[in-house]
Amino acid sequence: MLELRSVTAGYARNEPVFDDVSLTVTPGEAVGLVGPSGCGKSTLARVAALLHRPDSGAVVLDGEPVRHWRHRAPRAQRTAFGVVFQQPRLSADPRLTLSDLIEEPLRATGRRETARERVAELAGTVGLTQDLLGRRPHEVSDGQLQRACLARALILRPRWLICDEMTAMLDASTTAALVAVVESYRSATGAGLLAVGHDRTLLERWCDHTVHWENLTASPTPGNSL
Amino acid sequence: MTCESPSAGATAEPTPSLTATTPWRSYGGRRRSTRTSRVRVSAVVAGATVLAVLLVPPLVQLDQQAVDLSAELLPPSWAHPFGTDDVGRDLLLRCVYGLRVSLTVGLVAALTAAVLGIAVGATAGALGGWADRAMMRAVDTISSVPHLLLGVFIVAMFRPGVWPVVVSVGLTHWVSTARIVRAEVLSLRSRPYIDAAISGGASRRRIAVRHLIPAVLPQAGLAATLMVPHAMWHESALSFLGLGLPAHLASLGNLIQGARGSLLAGQWWPTLFPGLLIIIPTLAVAGLAGAWRERINPRRRSELML
Repeated sequence: MLELRSVTAGYARNEPVFDDVSLTVTPGEAVGLVGPSGCGKSTLARVAALLHRPDSGAVVLDGEPVRHWRHRAPRAQRTAFGVVFQQPRLSADPRLTLSDLIEEPLRATGRRETARERVAELAGTVGLTQDLLGRRPHEVSDGQLQRACLARALILRPRWLICDEMTAMLDASTTAALVAVVESYRSATGAGLLAVGHDRTLLERWCDHTVHWENLTASPTPGNSL
Repeated sequence: MTCESPSAGATAEPTPSLTATTPWRSYGGRRRSTRTSRVRVSAVVAGATVLAVLLVPPLVQLDQQAVDLSAELLPPSWAHPFGTDDVGRDLLLRCVYGLRVSLTVGLVAALTAAVLGIAVGATAGALGGWADRAMMRAVDTISSVPHLLLGVFIVAMFRPGVWPVVVSVGLTHWVSTARIVRAEVLSLRSRPYIDAAISGGASRRRIAVRHLIPAVLPQAGLAATLMVPHAMWHESALSFLGLGLPAHLASLGNLIQGARGSLLAGQWWPTLFPGLLIIIPTLAVAGLAGAWRERINPRRRSELML
């Protein structure tokens, strides 16, 4: 159970991006979150993935309130989340090849031995050829890079997937392929999904239920009540 | 001529064509060719300097300290291309040995400064918050004291020798590298790929070693390279003030310092040649570093950071 309880978060003091937002994702459930651009849904996704400390409110993971964020969060808690961001270019270290990129979480958690076979297995799942795995991010397309980023998010077998506008930069066929990969992973493992986006049609078809940003905030501030 | 009244030119001459004669094209072409020739000249000069410094002392079995009182203060000739000093020592040989000492001090001091700068800058940038603010205020404090003054103070605490000079230059010149590295790290650490690394279970140290430091190395390496000429100048300045290397050890600064008196008597060669040997190799190193900067960051115009 992943619960966000009346969370307020922002990047500057006294200037919250959003105010008093609550959201719950149960295991195995796919929740879509639709909102206009700039409303704070990406910030909410970062809070949910323990990547941004909220100003107030609580994130409760399996009944236990989260106390530490970013590096300070216990590794088991951090790695329970697989995160895919909107812009694959910015979410890939430009110096790593795609196979290094995908296996990086395994190396970082000291499981280098299994890396090779897991990368090969996941590359097949997300549809990356052996040739592409040896290339660096600037030598592949956005869609191919996003496939690698999804593989990286899945390699530690997370219990929660946070997809922040994962398909915004992609064409229809790549979108369909990546959504299919996420769905087959979820049906195999029973992981929960929080998919954030502005494409209402896609999210309503993809997710078990879709919430709209306006219905989420208890007291919308003038700046984000578009 | 080129920018005024295009209509007048068009009526007087048959259709001007947009070929290589347009002003910006020829300008760009000339700029590129001067740039490549500058790099070539710099590379040749720097290479020749390094070769001379490495090869001459072991190959030429001459004593740079050999005193010949019958040949004192001879002007440049075939026997002594750079002339001789006031006790008849061959200045060419002295200059090569001096360059060797100055170059070694410059390289080691620049390396020390670079390592220190990267460590401080990366730590401040990666930690952020109050730790970053405290460290950068300390950096501001150090850089507010003139380098030479601080350098003199550090040298004065030790017995004269090579290491105090290296320490003095290294400890006073890491500040700019630290600032560059910190700025780079600050801009990098808010990138989504750092977030992805955190979600992937990477520790703080792993993020620094795997993602941040490799990304700032080109910039930091450039700053360190530009530091080499600066360090050589600093060594010369300290030696010239009599605070640097001990007098028996020929360094470029020592040579100039020792020859000051003869300059007033009209003997120009004992100061001119060591002086040129300070300027020419440092310009060559700076030229190479400038080319490197244009390679890694074409949008920023290269300038000497001396």
